[in-house]
Amino acid sequence: MDTLLKKIEGTKAFEGTRALLNPISGESRQRPAIATGHVDADGVLPGGILPGVLHEVFAGDMSAAACGFAAGLAHRVRGKKRLLWIRQDYAALEHGEICATGLAELGIDPSMVLMLRAANAPDVLKAATDALSCFALGAVIAEVPGNPRILDLVATRRLTLGAQNKGVTAILLRPCAHPEPSAAETRWTIRTTASAEHDEDWGRPCFDAALTRNRHGETGRWAMEWNPDDGVFAKPADQPATDHGPVAAATANGPLAAQDRNWRRAG
Amino acid sequence: MRRKTGIGAAPDKTPVVLSLKDSNARIVYALDTNAARAGLKTGMALASARAVVNAVHVVEADLPADRAMLDVIADWCDRYSPFVALDPPHGLLIDITGVDHLFGGEQAMLSAIRRAFRDQGFLCYGAIAGTEAAARALARFANGTIAAAGDDAATTAPLPTAALDLGEKDTHALVRAGLKTIGMVAERTRNELMARFGKEMVFKLERALGLREKPISPRRILPAYAAERRFAEPVVSEDFIADAILGLATSLTEVMEERGQGARLLEASFFRTDGAVRRVEVETARALRDPAVIAKLFRTRLDALADQLDPGFGFDLVRLAAVQAERLVPETVGLDAKPDDEKEIACLIDRLAARFGSHRMLLFQPQDTHIPEAAGVAVPAQHADDTDLDWQVRADSEPPRRPVRMFAHPELIDVFGASAPDGAPPFFTWRSVRHRVVRAEGPERIAMEWWQTYDHKPERDYFRVEDESGQRFWLFREGLYMHGAPERRWFMHGLFA
Repeated sequence: MDTLLKKIEGTKAFEGTRALLNPISGESRQRPAIATGHVDADGVLPGGILPGVLHEVFAGDMSAAACGFAAGLAHRVRGKKRLLWIRQDYAALEHGEICATGLAELGIDPSMVLMLRAANAPDVLKAATDALSCFALGAVIAEVPGNPRILDLVATRRLTLGAQNKGVTAILLRPCAHPEPSAAETRWTIRTTASAEHDEDWGRPCFDAALTRNRHGETGRWAMEWNPDDGVFAKPADQPATDHGPVAAATANGPLAAQDRNWRRAG
Repeated sequence: MRRKTGIGAAPDKTPVVLSLKDSNARIVYALDTNAARAGLKTGMALASARAVVNAVHVVEADLPADRAMLDVIADWCDRYSPFVALDPPHGLLIDITGVDHLFGGEQAMLSAIRRAFRDQGFLCYGAIAGTEAAARALARFANGTIAAAGDDAATTAPLPTAALDLGEKDTHALVRAGLKTIGMVAERTRNELMARFGKEMVFKLERALGLREKPISPRRILPAYAAERRFAEPVVSEDFIADAILGLATSLTEVMEERGQGARLLEASFFRTDGAVRRVEVETARALRDPAVIAKLFRTRLDALADQLDPGFGFDLVRLAAVQAERLVPETVGLDAKPDDEKEIACLIDRLAARFGSHRMLLFQPQDTHIPEAAGVAVPAQHADDTDLDWQVRADSEPPRRPVRMFAHPELIDVFGASAPDGAPPFFTWRSVRHRVVRAEGPERIAMEWWQTYDHKPERDYFRVEDESGQRFWLFREGLYMHGAPERRWFMHGLFA
């Protein structure tokens, strides 16, 4: 058996057969993280967004910013596969429909996006669990406004297991909701951010993204900009440069020095 | 091939009549056997009927209910043949070409149907003939006759002239002229009859003789393929039904494979012993020929039904029909083939559509319009056909020109202080929240479809605005600014990411 395996190991064409012969290989398929493109965020995350797990995106209001952020994350993670967006009827009426031309303007090909309109939150969860078992999908965005009781720790755990099963990333988009305990890998809270004063142009979409929970690392908060041309996040170009050039060293004794140290003045 | 149903007899001896208001007079619409025995006739005035029999029980005729009942009976007759047509007010025409052998021959089939109706409490007159007019005539006047193939003329010849269904005046005229049977009428030359009674009468005569055919159109679409299974003992349990559907799907797909076809629309019909029929449909995105997948889709559909399939006393017939079929080319699968992503997506679409409804599973299709709310419309995925249009490619290194979220119906907003003619408003109030505009871009003029003369909508000047918190909106002013014109309305149309 081993010699046979070694012979066919070289040929890529029989990779499928190899998987068949080794069903329980013991190695858990650790899928590599996909970089968001924002250097600081990727540094805190394990190299980027981990596929095949559950990520949560929260927003305090019905902002379209969270919508755009979740779409951006999904676009990063899906690769070449399709994306399924599950929304409730209520969200479509109150918050507006997802617009195909809008997605195209964000750099996401609308022909790669499927939409499911569910009647209520339990239907959204049922559909998400069903869809996560389809390996041909790259990501599933489940949009559930508010904090319904059905979306508890158990439900998020079920979504995580579903995502791990076939490697489809699950993104739970929760507008008008406050964060709750969940089994998510990362949790983001998105706010809108005002464009810089001096910036003349309209500018790309920019989000105030706070990573409030990260299973494999620290948390953080950054201004993340979405680049529709390349389909990646980036640091906003207009952030003031931190490097001011060479400066003179601060003097050891002088008025500035005295302010720094809490020395007791004698006499 | 025709059935005629009447009203059954009441158990006691009181004559019962149905009355109908016919141009200010109440007439007798129908009788039961007791009333017929007492000498009443249909069409006589109700007052006369009361004069003949004092203790007659009068019930108001309910024609819509009769029609509804006829529909239900027609549904039930689907078990005999898929080709059922209504013959109002009280009749059904069933085309049994090619199905009579399933019931043991024409005679056996006719007896079975009449017995089934009798068991349900209906009085049924039936006959079988080559054309619908001949069958109708035989059913009414020679109940139970089966005309041999090609022998319609000889069988209908002895029937009275009233069987031709010509109307009172013409029938009376023919009888007065001495032509008391259809055979006698047929002996006259056609030209004579046509000169006296018109073309229509001659056509009716020829139809009754089986020489001319009038096509009948079935109530329901005839399926392309169907497989059915009868149960000697009516079935109630869900597992049994699921097994039956799997078996039927296997037979159905075998037949479809021979023809190289797959199903796009499948329908499962469940016939209850007490006459009710329940139908469940499953649609697919691509032609399907896999029995396991078909059975699974039906299982999902049945589970997701709002009102569960109620077997009552049990189903004695289950039929699986491919109502719409398409050409399906079998694909050869190689040893090292990667799993087909497109096929998997189609399965996902079918599964979710079966579970939640085919109108909820959507995909985006580009539309040939520049009206923003119609441009990127989501259509049901299973009905989407291939379109030649492509999505408009976004301009490189430009910020998004369209919002990611758009309201299907733009919402009215209050605007204060917009500078004419092309200025963005400095403040606006939307959903009772006031926003101060910090940055604005525009206007982008989008003219509505000006070639539509009806329901012409004014042009829109769109602005991208950002408020102090950084939220970005897409709003428009409806109509051009014109000096002296009434204040133009402003609307909120979308939100940018």
